[in-house]
Parts: sequence; C-alpha cells; structure tokens
Amino acid sequence: MQFFFEVLIGGLLSGVMYSFVALGFVLIYKASGVFNFAQGAMVFFAALTFVGILETGVPFWLALILAFGAMVILGIATERIVLRPMVNQPPIALFMATIGLTFLIEGLAQAMWGSSVRGLDLGIQDEPIAWIMDATDIGVSKFDLFAAGVAAVLVTALALFFQYTRVGRALRAVADDHQAALSIGIPLQTIWRIVWAVAGFVALVAGLIWGARNGVQFALTFTALKALPVLILGGFTSVPGAIVGGLIIGSTEKLAEVYLGAHVGGGIDAWFPYILALGFLLVRPEGLFGEKHIDRV
Amino acid sequence: MTTTTQHAEGNGSYLSINNIEVIYDRVILVLKGVSLEVPKGKIVALLGANGAGKSTTLKSISNLLGAERGDVTKGDIVFKGTRVDQLTPNELVKRGVIQVMEGRHCFAHLTLEENLLTGAYTRSISRAELKHSLERVYHYFPRLKQRRETQAGYTSGGEQQMCAIGRALMAKPEMILLDEPSMGLAPQIVEEIFEIVKDLNQSEQVSFLLAEQNTMVALRYADFGYILENGRVVMEGDAKELASNEDVKEFYLGLSSAGRKSFRDVKHYRRRKRWLS
Repeated sequence: MQFFFEVLIGGLLSGVMYSFVALGFVLIYKASGVFNFAQGAMVFFAALTFVGILETGVPFWLALILAFGAMVILGIATERIVLRPMVNQPPIALFMATIGLTFLIEGLAQAMWGSSVRGLDLGIQDEPIAWIMDATDIGVSKFDLFAAGVAAVLVTALALFFQYTRVGRALRAVADDHQAALSIGIPLQTIWRIVWAVAGFVALVAGLIWGARNGVQFALTFTALKALPVLILGGFTSVPGAIVGGLIIGSTEKLAEVYLGAHVGGGIDAWFPYILALGFLLVRPEGLFGEKHIDRV
Repeated sequence: MTTTTQHAEGNGSYLSINNIEVIYDRVILVLKGVSLEVPKGKIVALLGANGAGKSTTLKSISNLLGAERGDVTKGDIVFKGTRVDQLTPNELVKRGVIQVMEGRHCFAHLTLEENLLTGAYTRSISRAELKHSLERVYHYFPRLKQRRETQAGYTSGGEQQMCAIGRALMAKPEMILLDEPSMGLAPQIVEEIFEIVKDLNQSEQVSFLLAEQNTMVALRYADFGYILENGRVVMEGDAKELASNEDVKEFYLGLSSAGRKSFRDVKHYRRRKRWLS
C-alpha cells in the first residue's frame, strides 16, 4: 500500500508538470478560440531564452524579467503578424497558422541561443523530503512539491482573473464571438496581445520547471504533445480542468506503468494517456470541466 | 436616381452619412451612394428587403465592415461634426455610437449579467458606477434581472435581444444602431422590444437608427424613415407619411386599395413600375 501511495503521489506531481503546458493552450483557446499548436515551441523558446540570458552573467531575477519581456514581444509580434490578418477566418486556418508559427519559433530560439543541451538549476533539489520520509516512509520529491505549489498559485490567479476582472470577462467574450466583442468596443488586438503575453508567461514558468528537471533542450517542444490528453480530459476551456486533467494523466500513467506495465513488457506510460483520452472523447467530448457547445434548436 | 436628401440643410446635423459607396471583396458593389441623416433624439428607420443594404449601411457607420472584407470607398460619415469613418469600433463606441448586431450575438457562455458587464468595457468606471449602470439596464429590462445568472446561450430569443440592447446601453451610448431587432421573434415580443426602444429614446435621449424588415412596426415607432432598394435610397420621409404612402403600402405593408391582387399581377406591376432605374 505504501508503494502504491508513493507511485500515486509521484504520478500526481509529475501530472502537475503536464498541467503547466496545458494551461498555456487553455488560455489562448479560451480567449481566441485558437488551438495554439505553438505552445510547446513557446515553452522551449522561453526556457532557452532564460538560460541564454543567465549564461551572460545576468542575475536570476533580472534574467526572469528579461525572458518574460521576450515572451511579451513574441506575443505582440504573433498578434500583429499572424492573428490580425486572419480575423474572422475559420478556426482551421488559424490552427494551420500556429503550426507554421511552431517551426518559426523553434528556429528562432535555436538561431538566437544555439542548439546545445543546457542544464538549469533553480536551486531546489529533486530529493525526497526528509520529514515526510521519516513519518510515512513515502518519498515525496521536494522539487515536485515546489512545482505543485507554483501551479496552485498560478491557477488560482488565472481563475480569478478570468472570472472577476474586466479584462478577464472581455477575454471570455472575445472567445465566444469576435464580431460581437468588436461591436461593443472591445479592442481585439489589445485582448490578443494580453492573452499571448499571459500565455508566454505560463510558457516561461513551464519552461523553467521542465528545463530544471530534464535539461533545456529541443525535446521540450514535445511536452506539448503530452498536454493533448490532459486537455481532452480536463476540457479545452477550463483552467482548473487543465490541472485536474494533468493530475489524472500523471497518476494513471505512472500507476499503469507500475501495475500493468510488467504484464505487457513496460513502456506503457508513453501511450497510456492517449488511450485514456480516446476513451474519454467517446463519453464526454467537452472534457470534465469544458464548456458545452450551446446550440439553440 | 433620387439619392439627395432634402433635409440636409442644417449644419447642426447629428449623424449624417453622405453619399457612401461600399464594396465587398473589392468587386461587389453593395451600397451605391447612400445618404441619410439621423437628428438628435430621434428614431430613424432604415427599411427594405433582404439584401437591400440595410445591414451594410449600419456596419459602415460602426466600422465593422473591415472584418467582412468590406470597404467604404466613397463618401463620408460625420457624427457631431467630426468624420468617424476611419475610426476603430473601439474609438467609435467611446464617442457614443454603438451597434447592436443582427442576430443578437450574445456571448453564449457568459451569464446575462456578465454579458451586460462586458458592455461597459470602454468605460473606465468604479465598481459603484458599474453597479449603477447595471441597475439602470435592469430597470428597462426587468426580465434580464430575473435571469441574470443564466448563461446567455440558454435564454430565449427575446431575452437575447434584450441582453444585446442592454449590453449596448452599458456603454452609455448617445446613438444606437439597431440591426433587425424583430428577427425571429414572436409579434408580442417584438412589440415589447420596440416599446422599450421608444422608452429609451424618450427618457434617456438615445437616438436610434434601426434597420428593419418589419416595416409596419418600424414605421409605427420611428420618427423618420428611409427605404433602401438595391443599395440606393429610393424613398424617404416622415414615418407617418411613409406609412400612408400608396407604394409603400403595396410593396412593404401588403396593403392595397385595389383589393386583393393575384401574385402574377403584382409581379407585372413591379416590372412596369420599378422605383429605381
């Protein structure tokens, strides 16, 4: 039983890592109805930019601010160059545009900072917390717990922002109906700039945490793929959904690997989340917390 | 061709549209020189059949054409003495002109109250003022207050129309461009909505330019009317005069002094005597 809990907790905490990436998708999808395929590339870009700046000898906090600044610039440029000419185009056209954007951002990041793998040390060790270990004999990684804490703060802040602020409401309004939002004087450009900047910030946080764990490398862009089942489970439009989806995916894939993996030769965690998501799609296509598509008859 | 307006004499005109031409996709000429005036504090009806250019006229005022690949290629639009045809919708709403789009366009996943709150986006106001504005809208639309927590997507067509007008009111406009408020609504609800429009017009001094296919109702509540056909103004006048005009009666109200006509006769008559040419 104790082993079960150790796997479960490890799984939940690694699920939080997926949630970070999923959050970025949710933000942009909520505010513009665009599935931003480039979110993974943004995570990579953010992490690489941060490490690149850090290597020039700039202090940690300044590097963080500069990297965030770079993400804001990236967001504004995306709005200006990619989104603005595509207002009122079908979603699939916008989706294709973000695929193009993915390659552009990946190339840009490597052109700026080179393509070698870099380490990143946030000063928090990936080691079991001693007192929990002593009390319950369950190993809980300090780093994972830190990541979970950051996620909790981030999600609370975002949920409050969307629900209760003027800009948050405007973001949701834009997601529902571009034209109507425009007609009541909500400036789409400003809204999109804000949302891409926020998504950039989330990508930066995700990049730092993933980078510190696995190293800052091109493979970071693939974390975006793990966010897909998370989104399908949690719902594309829900911030809390991204977190809950992440937790479910993280825990089930680890449990499946440990308990079922032995019977089928292991490697289950690579594909288990997708099977889970596929099954889920059949039952509840809008996800656990997603908005139902409202149709009037 | 009669596109000149005989009452453009006053320099103190409020909203005036002068000879505008609108082209979609760079090839489709939709408005062929439309001129009209909305005096302060009045309700002006823009009438005509499907595709006559009513919505396009409204959208060219509110600058929503850009997103539909439309372009005002000629003429100008003046509101309170300044040209407004190059403004963004955001700037225009700040100056007091707002459009309520055809088909309501409420934000389906937002509650009715949230819908209303988004309407105040362009005003930087305190919480107390926001609350006050909200109460003002609820005063005119008590039904919205009852259902404030319901997602707009689940409300009835009439409630959505009220929500759309209420949302526009939250921006504290001087002038509302109301596109086809009667669309798809039961006659009783249409009546209710026009009553509220009239009330808003009289007690809040909001001017209205409303595009309508329901000529009968529109002329009953409006002060002045324009009839569009094929992108041109073919007739204009006092609402009461228009309502009693023989041609308007025949073409738009389905009334005729010559008793019932068979459909073939009507077609023949139209072919012989078209208003434009």
